[in-house]
Amino acid sequence: MEVTFRIKRFNPEIDTKAAYKEYVVDVEPTDRVLDALFRIKWYQDGSLTFRRSCAHGICGSDAMRINGRNRLACKELMLDYGNKITIEPLLGYQVVKDLVIDMTRFFDAYKSVSPFLIADEAPVNRERLQSPADRDRFEDTTKCILCAACTTACPITWTTDQFVGPAAIVNAHRFIFDSRDQGAGIRLKVLNERSGVWRCRTVFNCTEACPRDIEITKAIEEVKRALLFDKVS
Amino acid sequence: MAYHRFDAVIVGAGGAGLMAAIQMAGQANIAVVSKLYPPRSHTGAAQGGISAALGNTEEDHWEWHMFDTVKGGDYLVDQDAAEVLAREAVDAVLELEHMGLPFNRTPEGKIDQRRFGGHTRNFGEAPVRRACFAADRTGHMIIQTLYQQGIKHKVNFFDEHHLLDVLFTEDGQACGVVTIDIATGEIHVLHAKAIMIATGGYGRAWSVTSNAHAGTGDGVAIPWRKGIVPLMDMEFYQFHPTGLYKLGVLLSEAARGEGGILRNSTGEAFCERYAPTLKDLAPRDMVSRFIYEEVREGRGIDGKDYVHLDLTHLPPEVIDAKLPDVTDFARTYLRVEPKTEPVPIQPTAHYAMGGLPTDVDGRVIKDRDANPIPGFYSAGESACVSVHGANRLGTNSLVDLVVFGRRAGKHMLNYVREADLQPLPANPEDVARAAVSDLLSRDKGENAADIRSELQVMMMEKVGVVRTETGLKEALAEIGDLKSRYANVAIQDKGKRFNTDLLEAHELGCLLDCAEATAFGALMRTESRGGHYRSDFEARDDVNWLAHTLAYYSPNGIEIDKKPVTITKFEPKERKY
Ligand SMILES: Cc1cc2nc3c(=O)[nH]c(=O)nc-3n(C[C@H](O)[C@H](O)[C@H](O)COP(=O)(O)OP(=O)(O)OC[C@H]3O[C@@H](n4cnc5c(N)ncnc54)[C@H](O)[C@@H]3O)c2cc1C
Ligand code: FES
Repeated sequence: MEVTFRIKRFNPEIDTKAAYKEYVVDVEPTDRVLDALFRIKWYQDGSLTFRRSCAHGICGSDAMRINGRNRLACKELMLDYGNKITIEPLLGYQVVKDLVIDMTRFFDAYKSVSPFLIADEAPVNRERLQSPADRDRFEDTTKCILCAACTTACPITWTTDQFVGPAAIVNAHRFIFDSRDQGAGIRLKVLNERSGVWRCRTVFNCTEACPRDIEITKAIEEVKRALLFDKVS
Repeated sequence: MAYHRFDAVIVGAGGAGLMAAIQMAGQANIAVVSKLYPPRSHTGAAQGGISAALGNTEEDHWEWHMFDTVKGGDYLVDQDAAEVLAREAVDAVLELEHMGLPFNRTPEGKIDQRRFGGHTRNFGEAPVRRACFAADRTGHMIIQTLYQQGIKHKVNFFDEHHLLDVLFTEDGQACGVVTIDIATGEIHVLHAKAIMIATGGYGRAWSVTSNAHAGTGDGVAIPWRKGIVPLMDMEFYQFHPTGLYKLGVLLSEAARGEGGILRNSTGEAFCERYAPTLKDLAPRDMVSRFIYEEVREGRGIDGKDYVHLDLTHLPPEVIDAKLPDVTDFARTYLRVEPKTEPVPIQPTAHYAMGGLPTDVDGRVIKDRDANPIPGFYSAGESACVSVHGANRLGTNSLVDLVVFGRRAGKHMLNYVREADLQPLPANPEDVARAAVSDLLSRDKGENAADIRSELQVMMMEKVGVVRTETGLKEALAEIGDLKSRYANVAIQDKGKRFNTDLLEAHELGCLLDCAEATAFGALMRTESRGGHYRSDFEARDDVNWLAHTLAYYSPNGIEIDKKPVTITKFEPKERKY
């Protein structure tokens, strides 16, 4: 089937401002949007630039705005889009080139919540024990692939750079609710600051955007509750 | 040009590279270079599990794991290395848990374990639960956990830097790498006492593959071209039996570990006919050939080149708890509901058993006598220790990354404490710069995408699950032609900033070299063993071929040498399951 791609292009090396370009591509209905982008890059315009790697929704490289929604291009099939489709870079971060955004702020926010296990000495020659129920407590937030779809869907991110964003909170949640972790205090302190969870207005954009179906708003609410009641359960 | 000096530079931030980095962080001045942000490395795609004889759910011993590894590899495994793998796997998995990896748990709170192909109890009696797992996203949890540790230990990451060259002194010591900063296009020279290659595999040489677009064998091809570093056992490339039809996206063996069954067009569970004991859980090379046979004899679904993976008899809650991601792949990409419908699958190019030959400390060796190249290391899929021999068992790659990544890191740490920094060759960035300017120089010429797709389709046909002398000779001739055309490639993007047009063309050059080494080894090896199956030499030939191949690059063509296999505990036997 023939599809018209409207793609927002911007190369700061040569362009003064971003502009949309149209490409007509012949695709199979079962092609991924990523496959179609490749077809444009390989056979029409080699300068079209986007990140990619795994091509099946696991590495987090190719989050972009597809018809106004944050999606992984490799997880969307053409058959769900009809014959006109608009592709833009994620909002809120600086564009490096075309669909590639500068991820520095994203990873800085991630690092600010100490995203690693903080715990006492491990036992010798065996694992730390954890019940299946305790393991389930944080299962959902372990699924994050750091694609930035949630953080860049959040209207707060668009208006201020003083918000850690949903992805960082999700990753803090992953440790705060891990029964083996003892660093909750450190993380909750960061998330209690002006740039922390209280900036969240429960818009649910993040949850809608997550390609891993993480219940992000719920995780953020759980962190807020842990702060309010000074208790992690 | 930017110049940096380090004790050690690790190229690749997958499981192997990060594991090595964590051993050295804070104790030596190191850098980790990766063309992708570390958590985007393909280790994150690993699904099913990581094996270790913890014995958490039933009796198990590292000797059994070692035996399975040796037998699974069709006795081409170096048994000293397999012993290290199986013994240290236990410690490695516990270390991952201590770092915070969220494994699934048994009711008692221990790490849960499940069955996987070729892993047995008591030297082949019956399947054993040895694979430790975190749902079906074990690799995701490993890459996240190791990256988190990298952050904790303040590892110096060069994110989105693409390797262009590895530097050696005149007397053959590794002394640096040249990279291009993808965002700016600037060339960097990283001068160091030790270099480690952990750049993963090259599955993108085939059209149907489970590998990422980034899996182009860069770190394997680049040093090989220098002529001093050989590649070992490149003919052994694994096809995983269950890739999504046409797409190659992997459905983990865990699906069969949890009870999934392969069926042909008559609905028959055909694996039983070929492997009465292990059935669907026979090693991958075998199951891929079973599928090939079924299709050849007309029992593919609708007479086509695929069969069904049937999960419909599994309790839906098992599917949701233990196979959430793989079943989601079937829903997303094929719009098939695995709880009620069978999933169309076909073998998919998956894993390079061959690569840079190393000893058990990750040191790259240069000849049949295992003499190391000073300062040059490798681990993970880019390396060949060899613990996988002619066919890797499922879950053994993740073990390999952790065990040998760790050993390489430890050895490098001691090495850089003793060794002196060697002077760089004159104009160290010249080769890299020349490669880049050559690719940028032509306004008209060959399209890289055409060359890539012709290579991939040809490799699938002629250097795939079943090979013949005629096919391999044609393959080599075609690769020769593609290489000449590649010398005339023109790219459209001439800019410096985030030029993926340029880098994809560079990656294609690496793929062509890896493909050539694979096809050449396959032509030389006139026997069938593990993942290398020659329909014109169907039997394993221990008299002539119980040996590794070492392939040396030379401008006049590849030269092959043989290296003996280390056999300690298990004498080669016929492989039956
Ligand atoms: C879908 C899938 C499922 C799998 N499931 C399992 C499983 O369940 N159990 C198991 O044991 N094994 C499994 N495997 C195999 C295993 O995951 C891989 O073999 C292993 O993860 C490879 O790890 P690595 O560290 O060697 O390389 P990778 O994780 O591939 O990392 C390579 C690194 O090198 C970098 N790099 C590459 N080229 C360059 C360059 N030119 N410049 C700079 N950096 C570069 C990349 O950015 C990346 O950081 C699976 C593989 C696949 C594809
Ligand atoms: S390419 Fe990896 S998530 Fe899309």
